Amino acid sequence: MAALQKLPTSNLPEAVLDRRQAVPALIDRPQDFLIVTGLAGAAQELSAMTGNAPNLFAMGGAMGAALMTALGLALAQPKKKVLCVTGDGDLLMSVGGLATIALQNPPNLTVICVDNGHYGETGNQESHTGLGVRLDTIAACSGFPAVHTINSDTDLEEGRRLLRESGLRFILLRVKEGPPLKEKRNLVPHMERENFRKALLG
Amino acid sequence: MTDASNWPEQLYDLLRSANVTQFAYVPDAGHKVLINKSLADPQAHSIPLTTEEEGVALAAGADLGGERAVLLMQSSGVGNCINLLSLINGCRFPLLTLVSMRGDFGEGNPWQFPMGQAVEPVLKAMGVIVLRCDQPEDVIPTVTAAITMVFQSSQAVAVLLGQRLIGAKKF
Repeated sequence: MAALQKLPTSNLPEAVLDRRQAVPALIDRPQDFLIVTGLAGAAQELSAMTGNAPNLFAMGGAMGAALMTALGLALAQPKKKVLCVTGDGDLLMSVGGLATIALQNPPNLTVICVDNGHYGETGNQESHTGLGVRLDTIAACSGFPAVHTINSDTDLEEGRRLLRESGLRFILLRVKEGPPLKEKRNLVPHMERENFRKALLG
Repeated sequence: MTDASNWPEQLYDLLRSANVTQFAYVPDAGHKVLINKSLADPQAHSIPLTTEEEGVALAAGADLGGERAVLLMQSSGVGNCINLLSLINGCRFPLLTLVSMRGDFGEGNPWQFPMGQAVEPVLKAMGVIVLRCDQPEDVIPTVTAAITMVFQSSQAVAVLLGQRLIGAKKF
């Protein structure tokens, strides 16, 4: 059997947080931000947290697109605070985007990776991060000026503070396996675009 | 009549006059002037990418925020973009991309042909309208038309800059 071994460099503590409490506790007031989420868990969670509000653009596919969509938005709207909220699987697919974003260094963008170490949508296979790849270290080495890792409740306060300061941020929110908050979503893609633009641009 | 031989300079001015402010690219010799001009323009964002599909998502985000982007890439990068064109197609995002061709007229490197020759059919399969320029006189009118189709009619348009126009690389 070709079992995958945890990387010998793996050195993070076991994830203990439940995303259904930790994501709302970190973001606190989603209405203060323009938000782009990756597909699956992050999209469902933020849809539930905002009641599908039009300050949220939630992917229903296009895996790997969330990070750079958030950069285009942050550059276009320098006076608004932009959040990219996405999972470890989505971010692993677009990890070069961290380097692209660091070069632009938009002070109004925060990337939050909700890292459960698994592909929760497809049978819960362990992801690279579950086996010890560290996206926080990758973000730091890509040039993100501030990187914060949340392993437990006590790390949340610093995350909440960073989120509301100016400056490009990367926050790794480590959560255990388990379902996200859920709400029935509109999956008609062009309505997502139209609703978001209408609310922001009139 | 204006001289078409400096089309790269005219092209930059055309894009800026159409309020394109986000210039995203994986470097290619065919886009050298546009890249350098965007780097020298304090009113524009010059955005080097690690891979071309980043530029597809960036263009979507720019549109969400009310700005206009252009994606500059070589034909080999088109293949990297295919799945993310679902985002453009499904959400009806405008997308303008200028593609400098390889594996095209007079190509001397056989590695370039598979993707170069697949550019038109794969773009069309993903709902992208393909326009093509092979002469210097074609460039400004074609990109002018593309700008209208993209930003007024919310279409995805690729303008291919053929090797007859930009020259085949010598080996």
